[in-house]
Amino acid sequence: MGHYILKRLLSLVLTLLVATVVIFVMIEVVPGDPAAYMMGLSGSTEATEALRSELGLNMGAWDRYISWITGMIKGDFGTSYTYRVPVSDLITDRTLVSVPLTIYALILSTIIAIPVGVISASRRGGFLDTLLMGAAQVGVAIPNFWFAILMVLFFSTSLRWFSAGGFPGWDAGFLECLKALTLPAISLALPQAAILARVMRSSVLEVMNEDYIRTARAKGLSKGQALMRHGLRNALIPVLTILGLQFSFLLAGGIIIESIFSLPGLGRLVFQSIAQRDLIVVKSIVTLLVLAVVVITFVVDLLYAAVDPRLREGKRM
Amino acid sequence: MPLLDVQNLNLSIHGVEILRDVNLSVERGQVVAIVGESGSGKSMTSGAVIRLLPEGADVTGSIWLNDQEIGSMSEKEMCTVRASDIGMVFQEPMSALNPVETIGAQVMEAINFSEPGLSRGEVRQRAELALTRVGLPVERFPLTTYPHKLSGGQRQRVVIAIAISQKPALLIADEPTTALDVTTQAKILNLLKKLVDQDNMGLLLISHDLAVVAEVADHIIIMKDGRIIEQGGGKGFFDNLQHEYSKALFAAARKQREEKFIKDGEDTILEVKKLRKDYQIGRKKMLRAVNDVSFSIRKGENIGLVGESGCGKSTLSRCILGLEDFQGGEIYIAEKKFNGEKRLRRHISVVFQDPYGSFNPRHTVGRLVSEPFYLLDDQPRPDQAREQVCEMLVRVGLTEADIDKYPHEFSGGQRQRIAIARALITNPDVILLDEATSALDVLIRDQILKLLSRLSRELDISYLFISHDLTTVKNITDRILVMKDGTIVEEGRTIDIFARPTHPYTKSLLDASPDINKVIAAETVDRTRENPNENIF
Repeated sequence: MGHYILKRLLSLVLTLLVATVVIFVMIEVVPGDPAAYMMGLSGSTEATEALRSELGLNMGAWDRYISWITGMIKGDFGTSYTYRVPVSDLITDRTLVSVPLTIYALILSTIIAIPVGVISASRRGGFLDTLLMGAAQVGVAIPNFWFAILMVLFFSTSLRWFSAGGFPGWDAGFLECLKALTLPAISLALPQAAILARVMRSSVLEVMNEDYIRTARAKGLSKGQALMRHGLRNALIPVLTILGLQFSFLLAGGIIIESIFSLPGLGRLVFQSIAQRDLIVVKSIVTLLVLAVVVITFVVDLLYAAVDPRLREGKRM
Repeated sequence: MPLLDVQNLNLSIHGVEILRDVNLSVERGQVVAIVGESGSGKSMTSGAVIRLLPEGADVTGSIWLNDQEIGSMSEKEMCTVRASDIGMVFQEPMSALNPVETIGAQVMEAINFSEPGLSRGEVRQRAELALTRVGLPVERFPLTTYPHKLSGGQRQRVVIAIAISQKPALLIADEPTTALDVTTQAKILNLLKKLVDQDNMGLLLISHDLAVVAEVADHIIIMKDGRIIEQGGGKGFFDNLQHEYSKALFAAARKQREEKFIKDGEDTILEVKKLRKDYQIGRKKMLRAVNDVSFSIRKGENIGLVGESGCGKSTLSRCILGLEDFQGGEIYIAEKKFNGEKRLRRHISVVFQDPYGSFNPRHTVGRLVSEPFYLLDDQPRPDQAREQVCEMLVRVGLTEADIDKYPHEFSGGQRQRIAIARALITNPDVILLDEATSALDVLIRDQILKLLSRLSRELDISYLFISHDLTTVKNITDRILVMKDGTIVEEGRTIDIFARPTHPYTKSLLDASPDINKVIAAETVDRTRENPNENIF
C-alpha cells in the first residue's frame, strides 16, 4: 500500500512540474511580448515598459520561471494587473465558492445517479428502466443554462423559495450559503447525474453477469442481495473514474451557470481575466486547475485501491 | 425415495426447447455424472435443479429434493434451499470468487445465509473448518486472504468450501476441473469424492469428458441435444453401450495411437539450444521461466511439449515465435540462427487455444486466412490469394463458400479449422499448436486431431504440440518433452514415455490424467476375480 501511494505521489509531482513548464512557455516564452499584449493596442511605450519591469520580463526566462515557482510554493501568486489585489486573495475567494459548489453538485448527482443506475439495471427492459433511461437521455440533451433559467423562473420568481442569484459570502452563515448554491448545484448536477446514471447502469449490468454473482446466488442470496453485497462495490470502479473527471470539469467549467446566478466563482474569474488580458491571473488559475485535476486523479487512485485489493499490491488491473 | 428425483423435466428458453423429458435421480453418497458436449443441456439440467437459469427460462416437470417438491417453490423458498440444501461448484475458479472480498468473508457469508442465528465466532470457526477440510489450512491460508493470491486449484477449493460449508444434502459440480491442470484435476476430483463419502452427500457431477468421470462416478448419464440418450452404472456399463453416440464418445476416450512411419535422417527444421528466459519480478527477484532448454524437431516429426500451467511452456513457445526476447541460448530455424527475422519466421505458424478470441470478428474468413501472406517476399495477387485460400479451406474440411463468411457463423471446431488453414497458408515447416484442442468438445477434438495427423502426412509438416494434458498429445506425437519449472525433465518416444515413464513428475502426470482404459482394466480384473472360471478372452 505504501509503495503504491509513493508511486502515485511521485507521478503527481512530475505531472505538476511538466504542466507548469508548459503553461510558462505558452504564456511567457513563446514569441510575442506579454506586456504589449496586456496593454493592448493603445498602450504607450512608457506604460508598456513599466509593465515589463513590473512583470519581471527583463529577467531571463529561467530566473522568471524559478521565481514564479518558488513564489507559488510560498503562496505568492503575484498581483493582479486589473484588480490590483494579490492573486492569491482573488483565487481564495473564488475557490471558496467554486469548490463547495462543485462538491454540492457532485453529491447531488451521485445521490441521484447511483440509485437510478441500480434500479434501471435490475429492471432491465422494464417500464421503470425505459422511463429512467429516457429521463437520463433528456438530462444529457437539455442545455443546463436553459434548465437553470427555468428553475430561476419557477423557484425564485414564482415561488420565491430561493434568491435568483448572488452569493452572500460565508460570513452570512452555512445554511444561507447552501441555499444560495442550491439552484446552481442542481443545474450543474443534472447532466452529470444523467451521464453517471447511464455509466452506473451498464456497469451494474456487466457485473451482474460475473461468475461471482452466480456463486453468491448459489449461496442462497436473492438477486437483490447478491447485487448489494457483491455487485455494487465492483460496479463502482468505473463510476469513480467518471466522478473524478466530472469534478475537474465542474471546477472551472461552471462558468455559464456561475454567470446566470451571478456567483463569484473560478470559472468567471478565468473568463474575466482572459477578457481583460490579465495574464498573471490566467497563469495562476490555470496552474491551480492543473493542480486540482492532478490531486483529484490521485484521490481517485487511492479510492480505487480502497475498493480493489488487487491494486493495493501494485498489481496491474 | 432418492435424495434428488427429477421427473419429466422440460426446459425452454424464450420458446427454444433446451431440455426434453429428463429423468434422473441421485441417492445419498452416490456420484452421478452427466456427460455430454456443449449444448447438450447438461449444465441447464443442473441449473434447473438449483434454479439458476438464464432469463426467459420456462420449466415444467417436477424436481424432488429430500421429499420436497422444490420445482414449484417460490423464489424466496428456493433461496433457503440454495442456502442450506444444495451446494454448487462451477467451472471457472478464476472468476467464481468476488475479487474485492476476502475468502473468509465469502465462506462466512454462505454459513450466515444457511444459519442466520449463529454468533460471529461460531461462523468464523465453521468457515475455518470448511477451508481446512478442502485442504486450505488456516495457518497457511488465513481468512483474510484475497482470491487473487491463490492459484486456480486453490480458488476452486475455496468455492468447494463455500459449497460444503453448510453441509448440503446435494452437491452439484458443473465442470469443476475443466479449467485446471491435470494433476490439480485429479486432486479436486478426489477431494469431491472424499467429501461426498464423509458427509454422505449426493454429487451431481457434470463434465464433457467421459474419461474424467469414469473413475469417480457410480452412475453415468449421457446427454445429447437436451435428452438423456443413455444411462447406467456399475460394471459392464461401457461394454453394453446401446447408442451410437455413446459408443463414439467411449471410443474417443480410449483411442490408441495409430502407428506412424517416422523418418530417419530428415533435416532438422527447428532447433532450440540452451534457451534461457528470465523475468524480472520486483526489484531484486528474478524468475527463470525457461532454464537451459534444448530440443530439436526434424521435418515431418511431431513433438509434444507437456507440463502444467506455469511450467514455462508458453514462454518457450513465445520465444520460438519471436514474440519474446530471451537472455541466453539460440534458436535455429532451417539451420539458420533466428533473431526474429521475417524471412525465417515464416517457417513457423501458430494455432492458439481460443478459437473465439483469436479472430477479428469483423474480418471475413478470406481476409483472416490470407493475412499471413504479408510474411512472403513476393505476395500473391488478390485472385491468386483467393484461390489458395479456397484450396486450403477445402483441405481442412470446410467449403469454398465459407470464404466470405464471418467467424461468428462457425462452430468452435470449424473455427479451429479456420485457424489451421491460416497457419498452413504460407506452407510452413512447423506449426506450433498451443493448447489448440483444449477448448473443444471431446468428439470435435478427436476430429481436429484426425485432421492434424492427416495434414501432417499429406504436407510433410511438423507439429510442436503444447498441452497440459498427456492424453491429448498421446495420439498425435512421435516424441514427448515433459517440462517442469522451466526445465525439460524427461524426453523420449511417446510410446516409451507412456509405457515406462522414468521421472517421478511424468509418472504423477500420467497417474493424474483421466484414462478410461484404466477403469476398464480395473473392472476386468474385478470380474475375473468374481468369476475365476469364466474365460474373458
